[in-house]
Amino acid sequence: MTSLPEKTDKKLGLVIDLDTCVGCHACVISCKGWNTENYGAPLADLDAYGASPEGTFLNRVHSFEVAREDATPMVVHFPKSCLHCDDAPCVTVCPTGASYKRVEDGIVLVNESDCIGCGLCAWACPYGAREMDGAEKVMKKCTLCVDRIYNENLPEEDREPACVRTCPAGARHFGDLSDPESDVSQLVAARGGIDLMPEQGTKPVNKYLPPRARDALDIPDLASMCEPQTDKAKGFLGWLDRTLEKL
Amino acid sequence: MHPAPSLILFTVLSGAGFGLLVWLGLGLRAPTGFAAFILFGLGYGLAGAGLIAAAFHLGHPERALKAFTQWRSSWLSREAVLAAATLAVMAPHAASSVFAATPLPVFGWLGAVLALVTIFATAMIYAQIKAVPRWHHWSTPPVFLFAALAGGAALAGQAMLALWLMLGLAVAMIVHWMAGDAQFASAGSTTGTATGLGKLGSVRLLEPPHSGQNYLLREMVHVVGRKHATKLRLIALGAGAVLPALLLLFPAGYMVIALALIAHIFGMLAQRWLFFAEAEHVVGLYYGKR
Repeated sequence: MTSLPEKTDKKLGLVIDLDTCVGCHACVISCKGWNTENYGAPLADLDAYGASPEGTFLNRVHSFEVAREDATPMVVHFPKSCLHCDDAPCVTVCPTGASYKRVEDGIVLVNESDCIGCGLCAWACPYGAREMDGAEKVMKKCTLCVDRIYNENLPEEDREPACVRTCPAGARHFGDLSDPESDVSQLVAARGGIDLMPEQGTKPVNKYLPPRARDALDIPDLASMCEPQTDKAKGFLGWLDRTLEKL
Repeated sequence: MHPAPSLILFTVLSGAGFGLLVWLGLGLRAPTGFAAFILFGLGYGLAGAGLIAAAFHLGHPERALKAFTQWRSSWLSREAVLAAATLAVMAPHAASSVFAATPLPVFGWLGAVLALVTIFATAMIYAQIKAVPRWHHWSTPPVFLFAALAGGAALAGQAMLALWLMLGLAVAMIVHWMAGDAQFASAGSTTGTATGLGKLGSVRLLEPPHSGQNYLLREMVHVVGRKHATKLRLIALGAGAVLPALLLLFPAGYMVIALALIAHIFGMLAQRWLFFAEAEHVVGLYYGKR
């Protein structure tokens, strides 16, 4: 049944530190690599050497600019993948039972052999976390590397999602967010971790740590120095400015 | 949202087919013999053609039977179950009308109720999606219901009934458009809430995650169709509801009803195209588009 479980034993998920992420896209590549070589249909690339290449990815890094009132603008790199929501709308819309949320750890998965490729789950997800594979025509999504985290054939330090293992900046953390004592829960508490689009009512498990407040140094207001200083122009430019102003 | 031709054809054709079955089931028109063969054939044909068109939308149509299993949670599954149940329950009524000239009202009435709920389930597939605020509103199901019932009444040759339902459809479309225009803002999702950075300042996309296309953009960030939204609304309203209603004022005849139907179906295709093209998915906020 694609009904959601009343309660999951654990809430495994990611905590992504927007203060630390440098936007290198290493998590995107390691995710694509692991999930192409392991569980489920490989992640397709279409027209890879042609004029308009594109591919299926389970994790993508957007970059945003935040224009602030009283400080210089700021660039924030923003990795986005499935948030393994408690109230996952993608699960309940599935007509075949292919989409499900696991009771034992809360991971949202797709049983690819039951997926009819209708695409309704991708419509239902507000975050764009699901992509229909261009070659296999089944829905692909982050598995939280379910084939790594319990995999006893791997050395213990590798039993975490590929994106977390690879992040050179240490911006990605993996753990049980239902346990208030876990490292990830304490990190969320200490840094004021937030939900994405809480108004959508999805109750995401993954949390994002907002950028920390920057030190306020006693230096001139840099933001205002970005404005053209026409009134202080001297010499020929000053004369030109004043003359043109009078016209 | 991407206006997929398969989905537009499916919702328009199967809607009209199930609408016709509602009126045939209720016995508003109780044809027998050859007339019953034509009318029930039309109802079953349109409903079936729509379902086949929808199957073309699937990545794996060979697994379509699995879609009958999740009716407890999924509107899409409910729609599949209800559509099949309607066609099955209505069959004795149809067969008896055609071959024995004896309508079976019990099967007819039950089938009519199921057909009506099927149309509602089709609408709920869209209306349930919170991530598309324009669809997530009570005004979505009335458009589907009025469109199906008006088209069905015209197909059944019920001119007066069709006339009133066409007017109802006109009102339902206008309400849906007016309410829909305010829905995205009232849903409250912005680039600020999508990134959680809104408290720091105003947020805009600096660099997208990839330079090319992807599934999400193709499927959910369809910007082209909205350019002509006003013109398409006028076409949908004029051809889909107002013109058929005016035509149906004339003394009923096959010619009048055929013309009204052609205009209505044409208008409904425009309405349905716009229904998808105009609907903005909140995922566009991550791409600096709506």
